[in-house]
Amino acid sequence: MNAILEVKALGKTFPVRNLFGRTKGGVSAVDNVSFSLGAQGTLGIVGESGCGKSTLARLLMRLIEPDAGEVNYRNRNILELSGRPLKEVRRQIQMVFQNPYSSLDPHMSVLDNVAFSLWANGVSKGEARKAAYEYLDAVGLSRTHADRMPGSLSGGQRQRVAIARALILKPEIVIADEAVSALDKSVQAQVLNLFQDLKKEFALSLLFISHDLHVVEYMSDEVMVMYLGRVVEKGPTERIFSRPAHPYTQALLASAPSLDVEQAGGAPALAGELPSPLHPPSGCRFRTRCPLATERCAQTVPALTDVGPGHQAACLLLEESRTA
Amino acid sequence: MAINAPTTSDAARLAAARREPSRAAQVWRAFARRKVAMAALGVLLLIVLACLLAPWIAPYGPTDGAVTDRLKEVGSPGHPLGTDEQGRDILSRILYGGRLSLLSGVLPVVLAGLIGGGLGVAAGYFGGWTNTIIMRALDIVFSFPAILLAIGISAALGPGIGNIIISATVVFIPPIARIAESATKEVRKEEFIEAAKTSGAGAGLIVRSHVLRNIFGKLFVFATSQIGVCLMVASGLSFLGLGVSPPTPEWGFMLNNLKQLIFVNPIVTIVPGLFIFLTSLSLNLVSDALSDALEIKR
Repeated sequence: MNAILEVKALGKTFPVRNLFGRTKGGVSAVDNVSFSLGAQGTLGIVGESGCGKSTLARLLMRLIEPDAGEVNYRNRNILELSGRPLKEVRRQIQMVFQNPYSSLDPHMSVLDNVAFSLWANGVSKGEARKAAYEYLDAVGLSRTHADRMPGSLSGGQRQRVAIARALILKPEIVIADEAVSALDKSVQAQVLNLFQDLKKEFALSLLFISHDLHVVEYMSDEVMVMYLGRVVEKGPTERIFSRPAHPYTQALLASAPSLDVEQAGGAPALAGELPSPLHPPSGCRFRTRCPLATERCAQTVPALTDVGPGHQAACLLLEESRTA
Repeated sequence: MAINAPTTSDAARLAAARREPSRAAQVWRAFARRKVAMAALGVLLLIVLACLLAPWIAPYGPTDGAVTDRLKEVGSPGHPLGTDEQGRDILSRILYGGRLSLLSGVLPVVLAGLIGGGLGVAAGYFGGWTNTIIMRALDIVFSFPAILLAIGISAALGPGIGNIIISATVVFIPPIARIAESATKEVRKEEFIEAAKTSGAGAGLIVRSHVLRNIFGKLFVFATSQIGVCLMVASGLSFLGLGVSPPTPEWGFMLNNLKQLIFVNPIVTIVPGLFIFLTSLSLNLVSDALSDALEIKR
């Protein structure tokens, strides 16, 4: 499987200014994140809220400018592009946003919301609307929905509209940023299946961002776990879920609600709050909540080490057991 | 996925049956439900129409006066609103004067809406230095009391209706720009703006199709509420002698003229003031109801 999107050491620190506009520190939102997305594969990104998932998505889309790193789309670093070539590449990477109540313009009809993407790329109004009908059809919305305002649609229907809008530019990569989090469970399932169907139909590569482990497990071929802006573990979905290597992943999996009573208990659940990204812990950022943390964890930043085929985790304990 | 697919004829019938009324129709329906606002709209239309049709419906010419008819009471035969100190018919002068008064109330707000709206949207959308420069510059203008600033500019430019319009426009730019800026900032945070950016739309297209559409309601309602204020500013300037010159009729100027007669003929004196009051009250009621009607379900 060749990679369609390769991200290398991507980083972003938001400056924090004091009253007089002088920089007094920074929030390290995304730090040294690398991954690759295989063509027509699905990479799931999990983590608690505030761990930098959404920032990562916006960095890839260049809605926020990264400070460091590379984003290579088909071997071209899109961070170096500007003007027309950037516009061309942007079309290939589209995004479905988190909040279906904010991602559609309430003053535009559903049809125009979808058609807008094409207008922005110089397609005539009539043609864009014709295409928009087709894509609304593809996401399971009938013509009767097209003339309505988004205000009269349900959350699930709105998210379908948002998906149609992303697809109408015929992208190769779709980034779904918490795309089902705002929906009811039953509607979630429908939208997830829709994603699966569309992925096959349009040969998409998916970057699926969610805090919901079940959703990610269901959707992804590969999973990347993030904690406070850093990647703590990544690997094939079955391996991550059956043999999690990093203490954080283990704790996350243990804390996920499960119907299986037998499996409940075991690994310790996560205690405490996510530390402030303004002053992240030194060394391993997870050490303040890690049951296995030692003194060394405060001094050394753990690197990603191989723990299995295609499976990497960033933990000093794992590094030790490798070298020992 | 299991979606019960209706046949084409079903779909066509459904489409016809469920077709949403247009946005304008929805707004109108919500507006019409407010009885007071409808009454205010009626008064407003009546005043505007009557002023526009002044040459045809006014009983006398605006400057025709007979000394023998001086200082008639309200309700005198032939002069329903009385006459002034030169024997000119007040009703006719009100009708003719309304054209200038309404123009000097509406035009500055329209101009300020275009200029202030443009500045505010630019400041709100681009943020950063653009915002700082535009908004601080407007703050300087805003820091003068509105009426004082208008008087100052008018005095500097000299009397005349054109100069009144210019000075009132300057006075109304900062508040309108502020409303536009804050509304734009709010819209800019929405995810559909980000979505538009990712689709490759430039700032111009995003502002035209997303931002303006979303701030229009707020801006329009605020602007209509300012027409009443502007009418009073313009009338005030005329009252002070900075507006039209005699014998041209204008409400504020008439009020100024008639004030000498307050002990002779108190009721006649307040007639122009009454029209200024009625117009601006109706405008406020209408814009208030409009702001409710324009609210959209998200």
